[in-house]
Amino acid sequence: MDIFLDYLKVFAVGGLVCLIGQILINKTQMTSARILVLYMLVGVVLEVSGAFEYMKEFAGSGVTIPIMGFGSNLAKGALEGAKTNGFLGAVTGGLSSVAAGLTTVIVCGFVFGLIAKSRSKKI
Amino acid sequence: MLERKEYQDYVSQNAPRSPMTRTLIAAFIVGGLICCIGEGIGDIIKLIFKEMSDKDVAIWESCIMIFLGSLFTALGLYDKLGHYAGGGSIIPITGFANSVISPAMEYNREGVFYGICAKMFTVAGPIIVFGVVASFLVGFIGYFAM
Repeated sequence: MDIFLDYLKVFAVGGLVCLIGQILINKTQMTSARILVLYMLVGVVLEVSGAFEYMKEFAGSGVTIPIMGFGSNLAKGALEGAKTNGFLGAVTGGLSSVAAGLTTVIVCGFVFGLIAKSRSKKI
Repeated sequence: MLERKEYQDYVSQNAPRSPMTRTLIAAFIVGGLICCIGEGIGDIIKLIFKEMSDKDVAIWESCIMIFLGSLFTALGLYDKLGHYAGGGSIIPITGFANSVISPAMEYNREGVFYGICAKMFTVAGPIIVFGVVASFLVGFIGYFAM
């Protein structure tokens, strides 16, 4: 029962985050690139203000799977780097904390771009 | 000849408008489900590798979600989902993967260099640039504030 409640929280919070994005798309006709950038910057702001930790405690993947998690990781890495390694850490910390995700995206993009043909026209 | 104002009215009358309620419900359900799949993957990793730290679990989780998003994009399924779900499929990290793989597949007939490698970043480029600049500013200010 406990695990059911956890997943319900993840579902509700994750759904709500996407719902707000959909409202933005419907009302302002923003392109997906702008939506993604906006959400990532929101993640950075939430992480710096300290609110992201509480949200993560409450909803887990409901806030880390949306692109806000990417922004929060960048900001968190930069702050931790500044704390442990000084100025060099502040410069390297952000990218190194998202290096795994970025590498996966780029490798997958290259491999699938080579082997797959676009089917988006068939919708 | 139409006046500019008349033409704009004509366009706004005939532009396809996504029905508000249906798209909102679809975005909520699909977005929530994608987050639940991510949470499920994290829980499975925790069951298999019991001594792994929470941070590593989160990294593996997002890498697997990115891979799944790329795979479903390559199979052509993710774009169909996006057709119904809109924001529900754009905002999760799988949507970020989709925004990289989709143009890479689209432009692969233009060659590896200027097709796949360059066009891959048409949507992801701004995200990475804004993210890196923001993280640099945060680190820079954080360093001097400490």
